[in-house]
Formats: sequence, C-alpha cells, structure tokens
Amino acid sequence: MTSLTQPLHDHHKHCDDLFAAAEEAAHKKRWPQCLESFRQFRGELEAHFATEEQVLFPAFENASGMVAGPSQVMRFEHAQMRDLLGQMEQAATQQNLDQFSGSAETLLVLMQQHNMKEENILYPMCEQSLSGQALSLVEPLRERVEAACRG
Amino acid sequence: MHPNLSFEQAPPISVPYRFFLTAPLFGVVAGILLAWLGESAVASRWVGGALALTHLLAVGFMLQAMTGAVMQFVPVAAGGNVWRPRLVANIIHPALVIGASALVAAFLSQQGWLFRLAGSILLAAIGFFVVVAGTALLRTPARGATMLSMRIAIVGLAVTALLGVTLAEGLAGEAAWPLLELANVHAAWGLGGWALLLLAGVSYYVVPMFQLTPAYPVGLARWLAPTLLVILLLWSAQIGGDSPAWEQGVLLAGLAVAAGFAGVTLWLQQRRRRRVTDPTLLFFRGAMLCMIGLLVSAVVMALFPDLAEHPRAPYWLGVLALPGGFVSAINGMLYKIVPFLNWLHLQRLMGLGMLPPNMKEMIAERAMVAQMRVHFAAVILLLGGAIMPELVRIAGGVFAVSCAMLGWNLIQAARFYRDFRDRMRAAAPNPAP
Repeated sequence: MTSLTQPLHDHHKHCDDLFAAAEEAAHKKRWPQCLESFRQFRGELEAHFATEEQVLFPAFENASGMVAGPSQVMRFEHAQMRDLLGQMEQAATQQNLDQFSGSAETLLVLMQQHNMKEENILYPMCEQSLSGQALSLVEPLRERVEAACRG
Repeated sequence: MHPNLSFEQAPPISVPYRFFLTAPLFGVVAGILLAWLGESAVASRWVGGALALTHLLAVGFMLQAMTGAVMQFVPVAAGGNVWRPRLVANIIHPALVIGASALVAAFLSQQGWLFRLAGSILLAAIGFFVVVAGTALLRTPARGATMLSMRIAIVGLAVTALLGVTLAEGLAGEAAWPLLELANVHAAWGLGGWALLLLAGVSYYVVPMFQLTPAYPVGLARWLAPTLLVILLLWSAQIGGDSPAWEQGVLLAGLAVAAGFAGVTLWLQQRRRRRVTDPTLLFFRGAMLCMIGLLVSAVVMALFPDLAEHPRAPYWLGVLALPGGFVSAINGMLYKIVPFLNWLHLQRLMGLGMLPPNMKEMIAERAMVAQMRVHFAAVILLLGGAIMPELVRIAGGVFAVSCAMLGWNLIQAARFYRDFRDRMRAAAPNPAP
C-alpha cells in the first residue's frame, strides 16, 4: 500500500517541474508562456498547501496534540511562500526579468528546504501519529492532489 | 524529542557569518604569500612555504568556512540542537584564526614553540567543536545518508586534528616519529575523511535542492562514507613504519571514491530540471572536474613514475584538491547560503505580508560571475605553475584578488543585511516577532 503522504511527496516533484518551466520561459523572455506556467504552478502549490492545512495538519494536530509544533511552522512557511508567489506574479505581469528571477530563486530555496523538512521529518511524524486513521485520510488527500495534477 | 522544524533553531546570523567572512582573508594571505615566495614555495612538498600555503587554505579558508556551515546546517537541515551556538562561535572562531595564523608562522619560521602553540590552540578549538557538533549530530532524530556522512566527517576531523598535533609536536621536538607517513595519513583524513565527507553529506542535501536534480543514487549515498572510512583505515597502516606495496592501490581507491562522487554530481547536474545556470552551479562543476582530475593525475603518475617523482607533482595535486576542488565548492556554496540567510533573517524581522529584497539583490549576480572568472583563471594559472614555475607569482596574485573579491561580495551582503535591519528597526521600534 502506498503510504499516507506519498501523494504529497509526488506532488512536490510535480510542482518543481512547473516552477522550472515558468523560470525557463522567463529567462527566454517568453512572457505569455511564463505566465501560463507560473499560474499553473501557483495553482498547484496552493492546492498542495490547502491539502496540508485543511486535511493533513488538523488530523496530525488532533492525533498528536502538537498544536503549536511543526505543523504551525509549516503554515508559517506556506504564508512566506504565498507572499513570494504574489511578488513573482507581479514581476511576470510586468515582464521584469530581474525581479522575477530574484523572487524565483528565493522561492525555490525556501520551497526546497521546506519540502525537505516535510519529507524527512513532518510526514514521517504524520505517518506515525495517523497510522490508525490512514484509511480515512488517504483518499481525500489523494483525490485532492490527483485533481491538482489533472489541473 | 521531536525536532520542531523551526527557524528558532537557526543560530543568530552572526554565528555563521563571522566564519564565512573570515575565510576569504586567509585566501588573500595565501595568494600574497605565494606571489611573494614565488618558485621556492612549490619546489617541494616539504618546504615551509608549501606547508604554510597548504594550511592557509586547509585551516584558514576551508576549516573556517566549513565550521560556519556546520553551525548553520546541523540545526536547520538536521534538526540537531547545537549547544549555545553564540558562545561556541565566540570561542572557536578566534581560536581558529589564532591557531591557523600561529601554524602558518611556525611553518615559515620553523620555531618549535610556535608549532606547540598552534598545535595546542587548534587541538582545543577543534576538539571543542567536535564535541559540540558531534553531540548535536548524534542527538538529532534525522536519518539518512547526509547524517551518516556528516557523522563520519566529524570523526575524520577529530583524527586529522590528533594527527596534526602529533606532527606539530614532532616538528617542534626531537621525536623520532615517521613524520612523512604521519603527514600522508593526516592529509588523507583531513581532505578525505573530513572535507570530502562533509561536502558529500551537504551535497546530498543541497545539490538536488538548488538545481532540481534527481536525488543521489541511494547506493552511492549510503556506501560512500563507510567505504572511504575503510580506505582511510587501510591508508593509516603506513604509520607502522614501512609502506606496504599496496598503499598506492589504497590511494587510488580513495581518489576513485572522490572522483566517483564528483562524476555522479556532474551527471545529476546534467539531468537537472531547472535549466537556469548560475555561479553556484559553475563553481560546483569546476570543483568536481578538479576532483576527477586528481584521480586522472594519480593514475598517470602511477603509470609514469618519473612524473610522480617530479618535485612539483605534489603541488599539482594540491592545487587540484585545494583551490580547484574544495575552495571552488565552498565559494559556490557561500553564494547561495549567504543571500538566503540574509533573506530569511530579514523576512523574519519584517513579519508576514512584507517581503525583503530578493536573494539576487543581496549579492549582484554580475559581481559573483566576475569573481568566479578570476577564481578559475587563478586555478588555471596555479596549475600552469606546475609546468612553468615562473607563473606561480602571478597565479598567487590572481588568487589573492579572487579571494579579496569573494570577501568583498560577502561583506557587501552582510552590510546589506545590517543596513536593512537598522532601517527597519528605526522605522518600527517594535517589529513583529
């Protein structure tokens, strides 16, 4: 059986690909293509955050009792990334390569270290805390993420 | 206890920055020293000038930067709590500066008391660091290849320091120790056991992250550190006195492990999903090519013993390993870490809903690219010095300029951080937590 959080692992990679496509288009100054890829990326990332914030984290917090713990830190980092997404979209709309690539660079490092922390630490903690509830959680998560992938 | 994944675990920005900003200064001194000493510094591996240059880079530049990186990386990436990071940095940073300077002075002056002074300061500083970083690494619940590699690297650093202080005592006194063999083993533990394993452990984590490459193959990541450990133990057998015939094979095996790591890194970077090229990527490529160059050179020297006995053969290998390999990799890494730390700390001060300037505004890409060109020109000139020794003076000068430019770029970033923070505090006396 695939683990509870496997769809989230896979979806991180999917988001990376969309990020790379948007960044490449910007560097080639293909702005319409950049905006299209970027909006797709932003939509996926928002769906990912929503899955975690509305489904996974509350379940983890209920099961573990750790309300102000790691899931709260992850929420904070989501908010930081949302701010950067706004900055990137503005730069893409204004066709400002310096601003776009600088914000993209910042978002990438922030997003990657965030993903590493989730994949290496938080998701395993969720797997452990939610092992009894796995069945009720797997499907909603998978559906959301797969829907985002079909986007 | 679970790690809390939180930014609060990160040390104050001054902790890593003092190490990062000091490292290039030793590079500048190394370049100036080479330009001043000229050909005499590369005439043999054992002249004081060559040993001073080696340790300016190994202890002054590399250990300095790597200590700062570990202080930052262990809590943030591994969830390991470093005990009172500011206090630890307050002790270790000046001790490394004084210890490295005393060691270089000892090699240049051949004064016994300086060797003893340098040996004791460095042993105390490194010993303290090994205990603090080792404890944090042992206590973290994080698993995986990065942790394994870093834990063995800390052991490698401890062995290097113990062998180093033994050598310092040997050079200071009359001890009839096999200094040549001890030096071979000391260098192998320092470069392979400590520096390469730390670089590998950090690379498993950051190479996929910065360039969106595939992950390192599980087999390589899992076996590299233990394999290298076995090779280092076999290589250490020569301390017993006579060098067995298979020692050369052990050396080649060790260099093959390094080249294997480098080759896989290049291959992963070829398959990266992020198509943008930046200075960090190019610095890493240069570093990995130098590591492969080390193996190729050692194989050629094994096939043509005349080349191996050339007085400047060790210099050639040393340039590939130190300025070419590790200094390039560290230089590239600093250009990612410093802008990101600036951003992260400023963002934290500002609170959500406001964004500090982005990473590329912290150090201008143009400045990084210019410094990178000077750095690789220096590496090529340094290598050229093995063939035409009259080149080493100019190579030293260019290397000093490159390190000065690196230092300047990092200082600009630190000033950017300080000025922005001060402006923010002036505008809002009670910033959001």
